[in-house]
Amino acid sequence: MDAVVVEKLEKKFNGFTAVDKISFNVKRGELFGFLGPNGAGKSTTIYMLTTLIAPTSGTANVNGFDIRTDSEAVRKSIGIVFQDPTVDIRLTAYDNLDIHGRLYGMAAQARKERIREVLELVELTEWKDKMVKTFSGGMRRRLEIARGLLHTPEVLFLDEPTLGLDPQTRRHIWQYIEKLRKGGIAMMLTTHYLEEADYLCDRVAIIDHGRIKALDTPRNLKGIIGGNIIRIEAREPQKLAEMLKKNGCCKAPKVEGTIVSFEVKEGGKLVPKIMSAASKAGIDVENIEMRMPSLEDVFIHYTGTSIREEKGAGGDMMMRRRARGF
Amino acid sequence: MAFEPGKIYAVWLREVKRFTNSKARIVSSLGQPILFLVALGGGLSAMLPGFNYLAFILPGIMAMTVMFTSIFSGVSIIWDREFGFLKEMLAAPTSRETIVLGRILGGATTAVFQGTVMFILGMLFTGVPIPPLMGIIGIFVLMTIFSCYLVAAGIAIASVVQEVETFQLLMNFLVMPLFFLSSALFPINQMPSWLQDISGLNPVSYAVDGMRGMLIGTSTFTIAYDFGVSLAVLLVAFLAASYFFNKTSI
Repeated sequence: MDAVVVEKLEKKFNGFTAVDKISFNVKRGELFGFLGPNGAGKSTTIYMLTTLIAPTSGTANVNGFDIRTDSEAVRKSIGIVFQDPTVDIRLTAYDNLDIHGRLYGMAAQARKERIREVLELVELTEWKDKMVKTFSGGMRRRLEIARGLLHTPEVLFLDEPTLGLDPQTRRHIWQYIEKLRKGGIAMMLTTHYLEEADYLCDRVAIIDHGRIKALDTPRNLKGIIGGNIIRIEAREPQKLAEMLKKNGCCKAPKVEGTIVSFEVKEGGKLVPKIMSAASKAGIDVENIEMRMPSLEDVFIHYTGTSIREEKGAGGDMMMRRRARGF
Repeated sequence: MAFEPGKIYAVWLREVKRFTNSKARIVSSLGQPILFLVALGGGLSAMLPGFNYLAFILPGIMAMTVMFTSIFSGVSIIWDREFGFLKEMLAAPTSRETIVLGRILGGATTAVFQGTVMFILGMLFTGVPIPPLMGIIGIFVLMTIFSCYLVAAGIAIASVVQEVETFQLLMNFLVMPLFFLSSALFPINQMPSWLQDISGLNPVSYAVDGMRGMLIGTSTFTIAYDFGVSLAVLLVAFLAASYFFNKTSI
């Protein structure tokens, strides 16, 4: 049986549908990604799967346990790294782990052994007796990952594990996640960072307004776009777009400001053709660029909007915390 | 509800570790009671010849210390919600009752410790004779019951209120009236009757009255009655804390 089996899971808040009857599976040993903007329903799904909130309808099995009827068994078999920080900053790293182990009913010997192991895994051994309030954001995140793994869960949920971290620290966290994947644990990760989903995940579900729009490996998702993306900067973009359509270079060019962009099967052959056609028609081309499609393009393809346009509560929350000196 | 002693201990341990980790809070939370004891006790004693007011308010000041630390500890669930640790506890395979019980015992441990420091200071500097062993045990038991119901009340309130902004409001409009409108600073039977009525309804009066009875031998009610009222309040507060904390979500 798969690590997570979700069937028509739905959550409504006062009539607003946050998660709209979604279904998917997470296989054993797989790193499954949930990609979507803030407010898409990612965290709500995680909260349902970790039995923190009850679904309105539908159900899910985690490690074979029903989230509605067997929450205790579900909780014992999963680890969670929440989006917002949840470590106690007025305790040492060691005490945070120790108390977690006790809350999960680990026996004394196993607890000590595992604390040593997970501290080593996230390279915090020499910091174990330091108060967490002296830790950087990246160190706190690593401690949360260590804590999520302490009771040897079979599935690890990571809700925006690199939110608010600088690019360097993000890479660092990715390394730990990669290391875990080699260990064979099933992971479900939510993110609104396209490169994170692309780089880390075996399969990605694109979620928007509570619905899964597409689900496949990052490679196959990008294959849907097919071929290349061509982006041309011109003084007269409208005129250029008309011309390109007329001479059959592309079907549906998109004009945004001074930029004309479109998807094509084989861009390499087309670029010289475009250049000569443009100079014949007397249209100045400032810049022409051809690239492979990214998950960003896939996201736009399915949702019609760019993931970067939306700003959500997550960021504001972090700002508020920081303002308080947290 | 499963009885989970190991997990209750985990929640207790966290409360106690947080307390011992912040030395500044331990010292600062003793400052106000000491000021009350020295300034109010010392000042009024000089105006009331023949009446050891210092000895009279010592149990009141001990109760004040316990009150502040207990309610603060219960209400601090609001902070745990704000800073995220509440999620860690609510996501664990641990029953809500276990969390409530662990927090009550943890909060009471720290509060009774503070109360004990005041007790020792009182014995050293107010000239109150050290009570017999049975009296000391009785004082500790009553102080513990008192503290447990205040932590429980704090948990119940924090589960309902949830907003950090109301924290200070609660401390001012709940803790201060409970303290001043009790028998902590004045003998009940010499109060104006309207104040007598209010402090009669205030559970804090009974905890202070019982502690005073066992400490200096003067009390308005019988010690048994004081214990009875306090235990009844504890039961109600624990049920309220369990009920409201059960309904709380992330």
